[in-house]
Amino acid sequence: MGRKILFITTDQQRYDTIGCNGATFARTPNIDSLAETGIRYERMHNQSVVCMPSRSTMLTGQHQHTHGVWMNGIPLPEDAPSVAADLHTAGYKTALVGKAHFEPFFDPFSRFTENKLSGEGVFTLPSRQADGTIGVHRGFDHMELATHGAVGALHYALDMNVHHPEMVGDFYRVLDNDFEVNAESFGETGAPQVKYNEVPRDLYHTDWVANKTIDWLNTLGQGDDFFCWMSFPDPHHPWDPPTSEKDRVPWRDIDLPDGYIEDRSERERVIDGKPRHWRLWYDGNLVGNYEAPKKWVPSTMTPDQVREVNALNAVEVELIDEAIGRVLATIEARGWTDDVDVIFTTDHGELQGDYGLLFKGPYHTDALMRLPLIWKPAPSASIPSQVVTKPVSMVDLAPTFATIAGLQVPGHMQGNPLPTDDRDAATRGFERSLTAWDCELFGVCMYLRTIHRDGYTATYYLPGTVHDGTEGELYVHAEDPLQRTNRWDDPALRGIRNDLIADLRDHQPPVHDPELPVAAPV
Amino acid sequence: MGTVRHEIVIDAPAYAAWDVVTDAGNLHTWFPGLVDSRLEDDLRTIVADNGLEMPERIITNDPLLRRFQYQIEAPLFRHHLGTIDVIELSDDQCIAVYSTDCDPSVLALAIGGASADALQNLKTMCEGAS
Repeated sequence: MGRKILFITTDQQRYDTIGCNGATFARTPNIDSLAETGIRYERMHNQSVVCMPSRSTMLTGQHQHTHGVWMNGIPLPEDAPSVAADLHTAGYKTALVGKAHFEPFFDPFSRFTENKLSGEGVFTLPSRQADGTIGVHRGFDHMELATHGAVGALHYALDMNVHHPEMVGDFYRVLDNDFEVNAESFGETGAPQVKYNEVPRDLYHTDWVANKTIDWLNTLGQGDDFFCWMSFPDPHHPWDPPTSEKDRVPWRDIDLPDGYIEDRSERERVIDGKPRHWRLWYDGNLVGNYEAPKKWVPSTMTPDQVREVNALNAVEVELIDEAIGRVLATIEARGWTDDVDVIFTTDHGELQGDYGLLFKGPYHTDALMRLPLIWKPAPSASIPSQVVTKPVSMVDLAPTFATIAGLQVPGHMQGNPLPTDDRDAATRGFERSLTAWDCELFGVCMYLRTIHRDGYTATYYLPGTVHDGTEGELYVHAEDPLQRTNRWDDPALRGIRNDLIADLRDHQPPVHDPELPVAAPV
Repeated sequence: MGTVRHEIVIDAPAYAAWDVVTDAGNLHTWFPGLVDSRLEDDLRTIVADNGLEMPERIITNDPLLRRFQYQIEAPLFRHHLGTIDVIELSDDQCIAVYSTDCDPSVLALAIGGASADALQNLKTMCEGAS
């Protein structure tokens, strides 16, 4: 019997939305408790700021250009490497409950396995593995799937449509009649993607994910080793938590977040200091991909709308925290706590009012790249609690899982097992994180390459629809923690800029060959 | 309008690829996610793996140009045009180009996305047969 792994992810959650990272809107005692007794990472960056590439990185331990999912809408190849498959081969029971999203949701021909499972009444299907054999899909014995509502082909939607069809229409409709990301508001301030949802809390997908996780854990034998990925669809928009919970965080009572610049002229001066696509989106003239409503104009957003979005986001975070508490209680009741490693993180952040923007896109600042990460090692491993300040990366998760299970880190993985303190990080060379953005959609293309190192974040732009290849961003975090002043063209920083960009170019990962085509919008 | 285009080089004669493309009642043998396709006059009905049926009107079948075009006639679409061109490169090699134009534009990604895999299947079928 070895160490068991509970991997908890959320979707589109900012670093600063949990108590141990300074949140003031949401109370997260269960997550904070994991941090107190485990390792809290203050500078973990993703390698992509959107779902599918990021989740593929978690599973493969590879950068987006290597695993090939360079944009949302590209399915991860069925036989891509999978740490779940590695663990499964080593004898672990494996499950993914909640949001997978290695394959597109938008699937009218039901081409992708994730969308077939519920219809066939199963939790996995035979699938090609990286070593050429046939095994369970992506290495999971059990995939019980959900996403941001009750529409679609996944298990949660099927459950709701069969057992509670009267509730399905209460969820916010994510897409509009043109299948674009919906800009409508059903809230109190006119903020997009907001709705007060009459669904009872115990039927909402957050509690459903926790319930199904508990059910699966209770199928296991006492001595089974397990890798359980519990993947909450929230607090990703739409912000439509159960109405019964909305008074937890009354939007009228909260302060505006630090990243929101209330003065319009100052806000626009800050945006104008960044590459041109920032202002184009702010004015509603360019959406580079499928990640934000095309019919919504960020410059129209009011301070009250920012408050309402942040309040509902905090409500969703609190529900997740309480759901995590229930699952941890189950683990305790089974007598497993001493041997369970718990890792909590998310796939990417959310602008949530920063610079007057919402949602996500080609905007490489802390709002989208800096993620919450907590690792509570199994107490039996006797690893002391710490705070790690050195940069770590999402590619380091899969090697960490392999190491916890006592496996050699597979050669295809591009990260390293997470450091357990700053000294360990320094010894093993944790000094930089890389993030990339590519999008090509209906004639619009953008390409960003970013490095975070030594307290700087630097991004260069390749030529694209609105960039000629000379643009960039450079932020000095010690002086400018909210990344408002772009120092790319500051002669005083030319040396560090050149050094960072050379380092960034030197560490670009191998590119998947052939380039994978976009198969769906998302 | 959303426009998506994919192409693939096939190591088989153009007429062989054209024969498959214009065998409209057998689309399900190479277009992914389909379990059946039925042809009555110029109306083809496709059946997806999830049971969804969609009628498609065949509007061009030009053996000289080797151009095949069809329109999905479902309420979801304000406009759809699918175009498959088979262009001869040599006696034993051709290129197949599959274009999808849709309004609402997002649907072009879903339909056009599947067409990339369809072309791969077409290549496999033609090269296996030649």
